[in-house]
Amino acid sequence: MNTTRLAVASAAALGLLLATACTTDEIDDPDTQETAAGEEGGDDWFVQADYERQLEQREIEPEGDPAEPWLQAIDPDWVDTSEFALEGGDATVCFSNASVSNPWRVTGWITMQQQVEVLQDQGLIGEFRSSDAADDDDQQISDIQAFVDSGDCDAIIISPSTTATLTPAVQAACDSGAPVIVFDRGVNTDCAVTFIHPIGGYAYGADGAEFLVDNLEPGSTVLALRILPGVDVLEHRWAAAQEIFGDSDLEILGDEFTGGDAAEIKNIVTQYLQRGEVDGIWMDAGDGAVAGIEAFEDAGKPYPVMVGEDELSFMRKWDETGMTAIAPVYSNFQWRTPVLAATMILSGEQVPSEWVLPQEPITEADLDEYLERNADMPSLHYAKFGGEDLPGFPDAWRDR
Amino acid sequence: MQRARSAAAALLGGGTGTVFALLAVIFAIVFAVNPGFFQAASLMAFLKQAAPLVILAAGQYFVIVSGNFDLSVGALVGAQVVIAARLIDGEEARTVPVIGVMLLFGIAVGLVNGLVTTVLKVQSFITTLGMLLVLYGAIRLWTGGAPTGSLSESFRVPGRMGIENVPLLGQVPWALLIMIACGAAAIWLMRTRFGRVLIATGDNDLAAELSGARVDTVRTAAFVLSGLSATIAGILIGGFAGVSAQVGEGMEFTVITAVVLGGVVLGGGQGLVVAAMAGALTIEALFTLFNQLALPASLRPSVQGAIIIAAVAYAARRRMRPAGQTATPS
Repeated sequence: MNTTRLAVASAAALGLLLATACTTDEIDDPDTQETAAGEEGGDDWFVQADYERQLEQREIEPEGDPAEPWLQAIDPDWVDTSEFALEGGDATVCFSNASVSNPWRVTGWITMQQQVEVLQDQGLIGEFRSSDAADDDDQQISDIQAFVDSGDCDAIIISPSTTATLTPAVQAACDSGAPVIVFDRGVNTDCAVTFIHPIGGYAYGADGAEFLVDNLEPGSTVLALRILPGVDVLEHRWAAAQEIFGDSDLEILGDEFTGGDAAEIKNIVTQYLQRGEVDGIWMDAGDGAVAGIEAFEDAGKPYPVMVGEDELSFMRKWDETGMTAIAPVYSNFQWRTPVLAATMILSGEQVPSEWVLPQEPITEADLDEYLERNADMPSLHYAKFGGEDLPGFPDAWRDR
Repeated sequence: MQRARSAAAALLGGGTGTVFALLAVIFAIVFAVNPGFFQAASLMAFLKQAAPLVILAAGQYFVIVSGNFDLSVGALVGAQVVIAARLIDGEEARTVPVIGVMLLFGIAVGLVNGLVTTVLKVQSFITTLGMLLVLYGAIRLWTGGAPTGSLSESFRVPGRMGIENVPLLGQVPWALLIMIACGAAAIWLMRTRFGRVLIATGDNDLAAELSGARVDTVRTAAFVLSGLSATIAGILIGGFAGVSAQVGEGMEFTVITAVVLGGVVLGGGQGLVVAAMAGALTIEALFTLFNQLALPASLRPSVQGAIIIAAVAYAARRRMRPAGQTATPS
């Protein structure tokens, strides 16, 4: 009797544990969570044409003022928006946000709010409504539906949490007649007036991989650290890196999933260092890069050639140690563009149908410049946030 | 014959002895794959990194052996690291006061868990599941979604540094010493009256209560100890690797697995704290083995899950037998 009860209790507890483990994972997915589960292996995610286009776009001079990269566009195809022109300003702009669950999104969200304040002072935007779906697809679908049902939104901005699941909701928003602006992650419909994003994952992954190939001797060893599988933007980064490593003489020791957890990153790097030399580290996102570097310090090994990101904790560590490194950038300033695009559309100005923003890595040459520009900023801030000219700078980003 | 069988049963029977056998097997395989792992530096690095989970397992043991669960520890570890980063914000002088605040916070969380479970009679896995979500949400609200601030150098010493230049061992990590101290304290606690009442409570709380034990008090104290252990684990993990949004994520799952692997019975009343801690070392050794074998990363959770189910089933099978015997009329 007692044993049966214990067995039942054990089974129930284990089930519950597994369930909670799953939920927390789901809530906490980093950066860029997209289309449904894919196994590891970049090949399933690799589209040759997209890869080539993104690598090419890195070389194209963007249209627009280089001082305002958030308004620049690569190879734009301008569309007429006069049908959406609104008399009298004070538009109600609605924004459905996937989440603010990582520092990259937090930084961007602050920038967007600061930009909105400027536009409100100019009388272009009246009310700005936003909703946060906390990485929950169902929540975001109902958020978007609520915007549509309210009938108040003169423009709807959407940063989708996942691609396939959010597509019908974005379609419904388009059908409501209000102009729709999608940014960051995409959806499988082109009904939005404009889709705003930096060049993309392939270019990001290639920037880092090419740097390693250029800065390491042939035969050197490289460890790849990835956040998690099945997220398209992250898979593209890895697929591009694999493509480049495949044509090089570098030896890839392994690719490990870290969940973006600094402790996990440090464990994994420490274990690889116990097994042998690691000459270079490639990361699909810079979160926890410092923990990876510390693993070398604690093991008493020379610094690797490092691929990080434009996150300040990494850039400061890079500067302190003088290591050979590069910071690929997934342009955080893209968070300014959607609200500016909304006001452009509502005043009938042309916008690019696919608004490809520049995406340039930070190299040794401009490291000091970006560190100086962000001197007051906290360590989990992104150097290319592009908000230095907004009136709230620097307090809004510093006191987050 | 009978004696040999009982010795074998102790080692393989799914109880306390099994975890040590499993640990030895895993270490043997690690040694076969990579003898270099047993050099002092590697071994110390392994123990440094395993220390937080071992301490967490000791805390979780108190709760489980008294017949409850604490699912909030992972979220509490994460919350503590985020709180530390935000409050310290790089200022060395704030390190000690902030550690004080963290200890108070850990005790408070444990106290709330304990009181809600014992006074309001809410089942502990609902209480602590709720606490997990409350902590997770509160931290997100407080920080605006992602951690801010940074840890001071001195905060990072216990988790990252150690005593340098020890003969034969090289660096002896502070984390290892803290782990040994916590382990010793836990073993001592279980030998006091408190420990005996805790086990009696988990075994049969009604009988314990009727014989005059303060069941609710020891259960609440167990939650407080778990909260404290999560705080210490948080200090070590934050020190080890710095602050990130994912710290502590899923640790409640790993630590309960560790305790169960140690032969501690879910539902309470059976098991040794030293075995629970050995269970945590076993889990960490298993992760190391996966890494040494270069097992594809996406396969690891499945292998981990299979091993857990096998271990629990193995333990359950052993406990089932005597029950079956008593049921059969002789």
